[in-house]
Amino acid sequence: MKKILGIAGIFLVIVIAVSILSPNFLTAYNIENLLRRTALFGILGIGVGFVILTAGIDLSIGGVVCLAGMLTPYLLTQMGWSPTETVATILLMSVSIGVMQGGLVAYGRIQSFLVTLCGLLIFRGLARGITMDQTQGFQGKFTELRWIGNGRISIPGVEAFSVPAPVLSLFAIAILSMIFLNCTVWGRWMKAVGRSPSAARYSGIPVARVQILAYTICSLLAGFGGLLFVCDVGSAQPSDFGNFYELYAIAAAVLGGYRLSGGEGSVVGVIIGAAVMQVLRNAIVLISWLPDTAEFAVIGLVILIGVLADEFLRRYAANRARTQAKGT
Amino acid sequence: MTDAAPILRCRGLGKRFAGVHALRSVDIDFYAGEVVAVVGANGAGMSTLMKILAGVLTPDSGEVFLSGQSVRFAGVRDAVRAGIALVHQELNLADNLDIAGNIALGREPNRFGFLDRQAMQSQAREWIERVGLDLSPASDVSTLSIGRRQMVEIAKALSLRAKVLILDEPTSSLSMGETSRLLALIRTLANQGVAVVYITHRLNEVLDCADRTVVLRDGAQVAEFTRDQLTRDKLVGAMVGTIHESQRAEMQSTDTKSKARLVVRGLLTQAHPKSTINLTVRKGEIVGLAGLVGAGRTELLQSIFGVDRRVGGDVFLDGQVVAPNDPVTAARRGIAMVPEDRQRDGLMLEDSVRINSSVVKIAREAIAGFIRRGAERTGVARMIDLMKIHPALPERQVALFSGGNQQKVVLAKWLSTEPSVLLLDEPSRGVDVGARAEIHALIRQAANRGASVLCSISDTEELLLLCDRVVVVREGRIEGEMNIADATEEAITRLAVVGSGDGTSQSEVAA
Repeated sequence: MKKILGIAGIFLVIVIAVSILSPNFLTAYNIENLLRRTALFGILGIGVGFVILTAGIDLSIGGVVCLAGMLTPYLLTQMGWSPTETVATILLMSVSIGVMQGGLVAYGRIQSFLVTLCGLLIFRGLARGITMDQTQGFQGKFTELRWIGNGRISIPGVEAFSVPAPVLSLFAIAILSMIFLNCTVWGRWMKAVGRSPSAARYSGIPVARVQILAYTICSLLAGFGGLLFVCDVGSAQPSDFGNFYELYAIAAAVLGGYRLSGGEGSVVGVIIGAAVMQVLRNAIVLISWLPDTAEFAVIGLVILIGVLADEFLRRYAANRARTQAKGT
Repeated sequence: MTDAAPILRCRGLGKRFAGVHALRSVDIDFYAGEVVAVVGANGAGMSTLMKILAGVLTPDSGEVFLSGQSVRFAGVRDAVRAGIALVHQELNLADNLDIAGNIALGREPNRFGFLDRQAMQSQAREWIERVGLDLSPASDVSTLSIGRRQMVEIAKALSLRAKVLILDEPTSSLSMGETSRLLALIRTLANQGVAVVYITHRLNEVLDCADRTVVLRDGAQVAEFTRDQLTRDKLVGAMVGTIHESQRAEMQSTDTKSKARLVVRGLLTQAHPKSTINLTVRKGEIVGLAGLVGAGRTELLQSIFGVDRRVGGDVFLDGQVVAPNDPVTAARRGIAMVPEDRQRDGLMLEDSVRINSSVVKIAREAIAGFIRRGAERTGVARMIDLMKIHPALPERQVALFSGGNQQKVVLAKWLSTEPSVLLLDEPSRGVDVGARAEIHALIRQAANRGASVLCSISDTEELLLLCDRVVVVREGRIEGEMNIADATEEAITRLAVVGSGDGTSQSEVAA
């Protein structure tokens, strides 16, 4: 809980600051958009959180988002598949990607950074190759499927504001993830592997399978995220769809309290972390005196400050615990 | 051979760790041009003494005099500057540099900040010739055998103008040829006026090359022999001392007829792939593995559990084969392992007592993969109570507990699952005396419940207190075994140090 308080505080400060600086921030339309973007990136962040929990990293997310996002309209319109077949194929493909990458990390003992960096390039390359680098769109059809990405759920009695549909997906995924991490044996094992792979091995925990599961969940959520993203925007270009999304996902996870050294993190934290990122991007657009071109600089700076503050708080808490321990 | 005044002189050196004497009031003089061997069983205090001399540790009492001046080193650099160099058991060379680079490391000759390679190489050549290495200073260290690396380390020490050269078990990983070359070099260096201090377990080497031999036991200096006084029997006698018959526990089990539970057949470990190991532990029996550090006991335990890859052989539990190289099924079959390095391999230090002690059990009592929280909490509370873990705070971080309590947490992790086989690697290392007794009692309880216990313990006295049977391992082989009634510290140490043969034939050591 304490871990979330830090990032929640930062979130509130930023929200208050931006709403003072820009009158357009707290409008129904803007909030709706923010919620939609937060939900989409939150799903990616929750996914990469599993991998970071095991002290690994997944850089391939952008590539998987691109491949899933390009293939969805491609299979529907060019190949004439049904939405069910398409979605099943996309999800199955994402799972296989995760199993392969996880297998290379766990059994091949190759650093996750390398495996997934190659994955990032390979999957984007595949997407561009399959689609011949052509923009893919839904051609105005498949509105029922697209609802999961661009739908709006109206609240009875409220006219101006509706809940974006991806929020539902995020909600379900967050709940399932929390149950998995906190209530199941495999969730406990995943944290144990991140804390100390060696101690996990000596405790008879199937370390390799736990790792593979983490990469599989991550790729599955990345593929599902890619599906939602493309349903939301309607058409996508293979050369830039999903660019840098892995970094947004990792940043959200780190802001939300995940440690890159593994073993620690919270699902709620990631969601707030994703929200912080989206509010910042939004602020840069809304606040007139902030040049849009400074987007990356501002986001980078805020993440750095957040991580530094977190680190100092942690050390302070650890020191205090230690001195208290000596006192007893 | 010796000058009138000692170059290095220790007076009343003492050191305690957590209240235990590692070294008590040691007086030794070292002279230029002399080779002094310091010998003793595991934990006799040799390493502590060397670390004090080399500036790694500061003594709690006593003084060190260098050329008559009282010195107190603030660290290794201090000692090196004063002319004392320690060549460590684990080699400390930078693998990615060549010989010259290693010898000059940290004080590279340079011109305006650019490395002066030529000066570096020519300086290095002088030193490697002096240690008798026939190699180019530009050879990469990573391509050298362990023996040659050791020579490079010595060359580096000499290049630092060492007047006192301390060698900590320099031959532990050398082949016979390399060993004799090293011993010859030591003699040459002594003739050139270096004071050599030589720590070893290997009695043959002591007999071969030491001008004087100092024996430590339980941190105290118990004997000193000059070259002509020294015999093997005297040495072993001094190392072992008298036996404390009275200290043996009365609680040892007498049931020797129960059935075999853990059977090891023809096991070959990676560390000693040519030494076959056969071993049986009966139900309810505690078998101790005795031997020197590096004899292969840890590798044996790890191969049984499956965290180390086996080269060959089988392990049976209650007559059924245990799959090799698979700690997951080994654990599921009821084999438990308490590793030697509990901080690295036994615990998740940042997690709580609850998380650590329940990590195995939650999987056993889970329903459809879901942890039963209530059962977990009551189980942990029961173990804390049973094992007297103090303070009894299940949510407290394990890192904040003492060594003894940390070890109890590792034991709780396994004992809560009532294992059929308990493998223990140095179960009371770094544990205070009170907790050690409690840990022994817990191990005995597990055995009485039917577990087969196999534990590697370096402290012979402790071995005799805890075990029903002792198996002595030496250089990867089982050298002999004895029932506790027949076991003496002397017999165990003799087997561990010189083996069961005539003792004069040094067995082949893999390089």
